[in-house]
Amino acid sequence: MSRLALARQLGELLLAVSLAPFLVGWVAQCRAWLQNRTAPPLIQPWRMLRKLFLKDAALAGHASALFRLAPYVLFGTMVLAAAIIPSVATDLPFARAADAIALVGLFATARVFIALAAMDIGTAFGTMGARREMMIGFLAEPALLMVLFNAFLLSGSTALPSVVEHLAAPPFVIYPSLAFAGVAFLMVLLAENARIPIDNPATHLELTMIHEAMVLEYSARHLALVEWASGLKLFNYACLGFALFVPWGMAARGAGTTGLLLAVPALVGKLALAGAGLAVVETLSAKLRIFRAPEFLAMAFLLAVLGLLVHLRLGA
Amino acid sequence: MSIAAPPLLVLLLALVAAWLCLGLAGLIRPHHVGFVARVLFPLGALVSLGVAWTAWGALQPGQSPETLVLPLGLPELPFHLRLDALSAFFVLLVGLAGAGISTFAGGYFRAGQGTAPGLLCLQYHVFLASMLLVVLADDAYLFMVAWETMALSSYFLVTAQHRIPDIRRAGFLYLLIAHVGAIAILLCFGVLQGGSWQFTFQGMRGGALRPAWGSVAFLLGLVGFGAKAGLVPLHVWLPEAHPAAPSPVSALMSGLMLKTAVYGFLRVSFDFLNGGPWWWGGLALGLGLFTALFGAVFAAVQTDMKRLLAYSSIENVGLIFSGLGLALLFRAFGLQLFAALALSAALIHCLNHALFKSLLFLATGSVLHATGERNLGKLGGLIRRMPWVAALALVGTLAIAGLPPLNGFVSEWLLLQAFLDTPHIPKAFLNMLVPLGAAALALTVALAAYVMVKFYGVIFLGQPREASLTHAHDPGWLERVGLGWLAAGCVLLGAFPGLALAASGAVTGPLLGAAVRAGPSVWLIAPVAAERASYSGVLVLAGILAVVGVTFVLVRRLYHGRVRRTAPWDCGDPWQTARMQDTAEGFGQPVRHIFGPFFRMERQLPSPWDSAPRYRIHVEDRLWRALYLPIGRGVERLAEAVAVVQGGRLAIYLLYGFLTLIGLLVFVL
Repeated sequence: MSRLALARQLGELLLAVSLAPFLVGWVAQCRAWLQNRTAPPLIQPWRMLRKLFLKDAALAGHASALFRLAPYVLFGTMVLAAAIIPSVATDLPFARAADAIALVGLFATARVFIALAAMDIGTAFGTMGARREMMIGFLAEPALLMVLFNAFLLSGSTALPSVVEHLAAPPFVIYPSLAFAGVAFLMVLLAENARIPIDNPATHLELTMIHEAMVLEYSARHLALVEWASGLKLFNYACLGFALFVPWGMAARGAGTTGLLLAVPALVGKLALAGAGLAVVETLSAKLRIFRAPEFLAMAFLLAVLGLLVHLRLGA
Repeated sequence: MSIAAPPLLVLLLALVAAWLCLGLAGLIRPHHVGFVARVLFPLGALVSLGVAWTAWGALQPGQSPETLVLPLGLPELPFHLRLDALSAFFVLLVGLAGAGISTFAGGYFRAGQGTAPGLLCLQYHVFLASMLLVVLADDAYLFMVAWETMALSSYFLVTAQHRIPDIRRAGFLYLLIAHVGAIAILLCFGVLQGGSWQFTFQGMRGGALRPAWGSVAFLLGLVGFGAKAGLVPLHVWLPEAHPAAPSPVSALMSGLMLKTAVYGFLRVSFDFLNGGPWWWGGLALGLGLFTALFGAVFAAVQTDMKRLLAYSSIENVGLIFSGLGLALLFRAFGLQLFAALALSAALIHCLNHALFKSLLFLATGSVLHATGERNLGKLGGLIRRMPWVAALALVGTLAIAGLPPLNGFVSEWLLLQAFLDTPHIPKAFLNMLVPLGAAALALTVALAAYVMVKFYGVIFLGQPREASLTHAHDPGWLERVGLGWLAAGCVLLGAFPGLALAASGAVTGPLLGAAVRAGPSVWLIAPVAAERASYSGVLVLAGILAVVGVTFVLVRRLYHGRVRRTAPWDCGDPWQTARMQDTAEGFGQPVRHIFGPFFRMERQLPSPWDSAPRYRIHVEDRLWRALYLPIGRGVERLAEAVAVVQGGRLAIYLLYGFLTLIGLLVFVL
């Protein structure tokens, strides 16, 4: 691994870590505009993080080491996931260490840790949130894996850089299987990132919470890391979506500094569009009852499998 | 004796003898716990280490199979033994996991009701030795002797607490299904000898069976070994026998004994029958996937921690068999490299499961000793009372949930990679069907994570659900060492999957004529091709640790590490008791809701006006009423019908004897 490649990898990581709170802020802003509210500034999530880091952490008396460790692990897995997903450049040295299946595994690791931490204090809301989160998880993970299988079968590789290079290669083709997979991916993204219609990130009703119920006991720096990690998760999902469905605009292998510098605005543009789109989806739909979630995610799963069958039948 | 004594096989036999001697030594002072537990079991663990080391030697490249004939057994059929790569792999598994389990057992067994420790020690070591002989046997006779010794010794171990009726019942069920399986295996060998009446495995290997007879042998093998492994619908003994047995024995049975069934299936279908038509693979794959999903769904609704682990074993056996089925499927179409990939996934999952399932069963043993409770509804918060067990069990929990960078993920990754190769199968409808298998696999793996969060969260996290739990404490150092050994194995095999791939490659090479690469380096595996997929456990582990470390230091440096301890927030609700947490039933509720048709449920709901409301739910396996009870009733009715001839008078019995004699004479003349 050359020093240049390492620098590029670190640069991309830093970009991901710093852009993620902006993405959260942007979605919140768009939502506010669409709902005729005064929008918070774009930098609001950053201010929030700073405030949380400065505060003293209030921990439940019997909180164990696992509870304190979990936010760091959560953040660590999400940063590592950002290192695997091509966002600016496809030439990622670290992506050889973990392919897209490992990416799904990393997301699962993060989910298991936050669910365990939620059960640690032993409050009613915490365990309820953990149970619901794991339920959404076991429904969404197969769907996500099937979406990825579509891309794997098209490109003959499970390494994300190879997938992107194959899909972005010049003869422009619309793959019908990817169209099905795309819809399925959007549904998984909504469910996994605690978005309407599965969960509401801005909710104040404890009984309807999933993600928020799990992190109720966190405060200060721990909460900051959890929030940052969920921002990164949204960012990672967005970048995964770009990699699979709009793989254009990334710096190709061997591209120079100019290529990289051009790729950054392209990424920001894509994120802006995706964030606005997410806000529209969230504004237009209503939250589902928790036991409608299996139907929603089973639909995503079936769409992804349908894409797979379309690919195997038509070879496209 | 054979002419030139082959070193590794003789060494293994000596180690088996050492185990047996240790077992017999237990009879010297059967009630002296200090001698039996603290001395003999740790010595047994040392022998296990020797076994593992020898097996590793036999798996090195360039080792040819070693054979040996012992002058024991039947007059015309002395004991044949053989150590090839396939048996060496399973010997390695027994040695590695056995070392940890025996160390733990040294601290675990104590005097009490039931079998005396010295006798347990004998049964335990006979059990270990018989598992090794099953794997080393090279003729059907020795195999069946070892197989039955294994079943019987484990039966006595399961019924160690034989004064409890439920445990006797569980032991009976286990013995019954073990023998149904043994009959199928015996018949399978009968078919395999193919009229040559050669019961050595060498004879079966060369024998050319007609395809129909080959299929009969395969089906008999699938039933026989499937009964031991716990394939649905022959799985019912597992959730009864595992909770009944003492924890180290549950670990041996679940971690190691189930794998001998996998070994037997591999031996028959890959070695003797040399693969077969594609529907063999399809059958094993379908059965495996259904078993896996079934096990995961049932594990999610259990309320007894050892039953939960038993169902999780069913799930893992299902995953292993789906890998084997996929390998058979690829092999039927001559895709040897992909078959090697699927087979490697199955073999590595065997090894992984031996490590993490033993670890978890032993951890439940520590919890059971510390609290006296197996019921999840009466546990909780043990991470604060038993930090060692909690930390080591966390490793096992994450590993069995299939999370990177631990070992459970490696085998699931390999299996998914193998599923991705199914478009190469030149049969259109299989092309369409098999990816659905990948979907079922993904669902099972995700459900396993759900189950393990429930297992760990309800036992170790939260607040103690009973006041007595505050007296729980960590076990002694022998138990910790045993748990630590297995946990270290989980981390090591997860970080360096190339090690396991090298071992499985030594097996698939001779069996399939193809092996996936264990490289390109120690750091990275790329089983098919580098541009296709690569994974490095150690880099993922290092990456997570590095980011966690850097974040920790940065947060502490730039800000502060101040902590204020308060009461839990819980949205400001001041009335919180431990009973408001999710129970095991509560945590399983979504699965009961979503997978309703799997279960037979009896609910009793309180009416709104009950002054003392009680909520009761009973979840049962549908197969029990649909399959087992009718068979049981049928057998009973048949027995009653036959009992008519049993008049109880001597004269009548003499008459029967006389009539039989006449009948035979007529028949002969």
